[in-house]
Amino acid sequence: MSDTTIPSKVIELRVLRYRPASDREPVFVSYRVAYSDDMSVLQALQSIKDTQDGSLSFRWSCRMAVCGSCGMMINGEPKLACNTFVRDLAASAVIIEPLQNFPIERDLVVTVGDFVKKIESIYPYIIPKVPKPVEDGAYLQTPAQMVAYESFSDCINCMLCYAACPQFGANPDFIGPGAMALLQRYNGDSRDGGRQFRLDQIHGEDGVWACTAVGVCSEVCPKQVDPANAINQNKTNSALDFFLHAVRPGAQS
Amino acid sequence: MDHFDTDVLILGAGGAGLRAAIAAAESAPDLTIALVSKVYPMRSHTVAAEGGSAGVVQSHDSLDNHFNDTVSGGDWLCEQDVVEYFVAHCTREMVQLEHWGCPWSRKPDGQINVRAFGGMKIERTWFAADRSGFHILHTLFQTSTKFPAIRRFDEHFCVDLLVDDGRAQGAVVLSLSTGEFTAIHARAVVIATGGAGRVFRQNTNGGIVTGDGMALAYRHGVPLRDMEFVQYHPTCLPGTGILITEACRGEGAFLLNNEGNRYLQDYGLGPAEAKPRNKYMELGPRDRLSQAFWHEQRKGHTVTTPQGDAVLLDMRHLGPAKIRERLPLIVDLAREFMGIDATVTPIPVRPAVHYTMGGILVDIHTAAPLAGLFAAGECSSVGIHGANRLGSNSLAELSVFGRVAGEQAAEFARGSSAPRRSDQAAAAEASALALLNQKGSGEHHAALRAEMGASMERGCGIYRLGTEMQETCDTLAELRQRYAGITLQDKSHAWNTDWVTAIELGFQLDVAQAMAHSALARTESRGAHQRLDGNEQRDDVNFLQHSLAHYQGTAAPTITYAPVTITKSQPGQRAYGAAGEHEEDAHKEAASRVGHPPIPKDIAHV
Repeated sequence: MSDTTIPSKVIELRVLRYRPASDREPVFVSYRVAYSDDMSVLQALQSIKDTQDGSLSFRWSCRMAVCGSCGMMINGEPKLACNTFVRDLAASAVIIEPLQNFPIERDLVVTVGDFVKKIESIYPYIIPKVPKPVEDGAYLQTPAQMVAYESFSDCINCMLCYAACPQFGANPDFIGPGAMALLQRYNGDSRDGGRQFRLDQIHGEDGVWACTAVGVCSEVCPKQVDPANAINQNKTNSALDFFLHAVRPGAQS
Repeated sequence: MDHFDTDVLILGAGGAGLRAAIAAAESAPDLTIALVSKVYPMRSHTVAAEGGSAGVVQSHDSLDNHFNDTVSGGDWLCEQDVVEYFVAHCTREMVQLEHWGCPWSRKPDGQINVRAFGGMKIERTWFAADRSGFHILHTLFQTSTKFPAIRRFDEHFCVDLLVDDGRAQGAVVLSLSTGEFTAIHARAVVIATGGAGRVFRQNTNGGIVTGDGMALAYRHGVPLRDMEFVQYHPTCLPGTGILITEACRGEGAFLLNNEGNRYLQDYGLGPAEAKPRNKYMELGPRDRLSQAFWHEQRKGHTVTTPQGDAVLLDMRHLGPAKIRERLPLIVDLAREFMGIDATVTPIPVRPAVHYTMGGILVDIHTAAPLAGLFAAGECSSVGIHGANRLGSNSLAELSVFGRVAGEQAAEFARGSSAPRRSDQAAAAEASALALLNQKGSGEHHAALRAEMGASMERGCGIYRLGTEMQETCDTLAELRQRYAGITLQDKSHAWNTDWVTAIELGFQLDVAQAMAHSALARTESRGAHQRLDGNEQRDDVNFLQHSLAHYQGTAAPTITYAPVTITKSQPGQRAYGAAGEHEEDAHKEAASRVGHPPIPKDIAHV
């Protein structure tokens, strides 16, 4: 079932296929797909699955770059397949691989669980600075206060930044850019009082200091979340926090 | 097969499922909760909701206003006692989400901001830019992680419910990553699996929106209510059906035909003014706007795009600053998917299937007729949408009734005996494996899915004809027969999406059949169900009734009817624009003569 106009041209997709339980190693399989100018890489993969090879596995859902499911390496770059268009890649065969730096579960499907655990580890919820019952109404928060955290709340958890991050590639335990952006989302929220809990999570060697400030995480982010900025802010916060604890044991930053 | 015991099992971890899980954990901290999702929770389709969520906040607004907008918007097919409960609890839920961190857009003084929405008399739509569903979903997911009682089964796909002794007692789930099955035994079960829009070809829905929970309940004897009412959202990208939020119009966008005219004034929605008034023109309800597109297309007043006919959504007069502040996602979508800068060029849009008003029959407590089974969100029919849902009522619904479902299921679990382990779980596993391994006729399910989508679009579209609905019913019967003989191309177990999408297609065909047969049987026009075969009028004498589709195995469903609960709004003429204002005055006058009947007692207990 195509969502697109009548295809008039043909492109070659070379897709990395791998079933760990039965295959010795990943191999590229080549598919030829008829395409029109509005066809996304995701639609090309769907066309392969529906008409050529039903055994090709990949995740997808929303098709509109907001659910974060369809991250993959496209010609070596971490991209969302749904908003990457075949027309922009048509010069030669397109290389499709699973997201770099993650274990492959099958074909283009990688393991997400460790990433989700990292998100869960940084207290990803409001720990109220001033608790009050719902009956007392909403907290006040000015647009200016929202600026401090709003962009970090736009992360769709697509993990492209982890695929781009050389530090995460070298050390899978590194907390990584996406989780750091989420940490900053809550630490920057005027309603929140849980900053210390979160900073305590990132002082260690797998925490914020593991980042070597390459900045490529922000370059590949499809939502302009700028996790590199979140990490930089937290290096400062972490250093300050460490310093304050050293000079004034027990002090709250 | 693994076995897992829990108190409350929740199927689906989108907005409704997560809200239910949190409510269960908060109201019954001593109970255990299993939360099953076929994706990671933040991928659920709640993520794609854009415009916002309703809740009365302004001093010149009232619960009565929200009630009246909802009931007339639903063409009086709403359960009015449920709507009363709903409107009275929306705002509390929006505040609750705010406390959990949802980044609602604010006024300069820090107060919550609200925007206008179609069919709503007063601005009452809370919004987080144009990513409201995304923020609600992520807020709920992240908040849910602080409750250790919630045990998640991410990327686990439900293949069947366990029903024993006349009671829902759990479900059998398939781990996508391993292909292994687990029987989850529970004292109460909540279905929160979302809608079924993917049964239509052109739709706004994610690939996961396949009606799984509806089909599961239906196969176990729970009726699906009001399934003929399927919402076409009027402004979607041609071809992909990607949603272009109603919030564009809430912020003041115009709809233009190929002559540059604001054509909605020709369909009883005028007069056209420089800034659309609430319930006028572009702020009319979705069913009326989609119907107007159909007529413009017939008149040749649409523009031609490579992906088909469209009208134009023009936001240019709002100015780039406001567009980028209020509608950043729309700017991105227009640029990425249409190559358009929405601040300087109108966006081509057309209707696409968006929402299933009907669903699993549940009462005001979200309880299904099957003991121990509850349902909330789009998969359910609790009765607030009637024949046409108003935009921003569904995010509010999943919050209000997700909470009710979690609390009610927890209470039921507390009072019920431990589930019994029968051999049903093994049978469900065997049935799924049989599909995987069957030799079949060699036909692949992708072809069947495409035929289903095309047939539903033709027979059950914006306007419907008896003959075409019959053809769709016939096609669906044939597709179900062919489905029994499909052959999978992938016989492996780990991450076999060929297998899972085939099981989903089985669910979709059952749900599509409930829709088509319910539509064929309703020989009137109401809300989103509009006929052009001599049944163009609303017929309150015969059809001020809910349809109930009952599963009949391999045969077609039977359709019965049940009365509509009316508390304080007698059916009137549904009108918008200037005509709507006259009608509202007349209705008020009539209501004051009749007097208001008392509110049913059970509302107080929820």
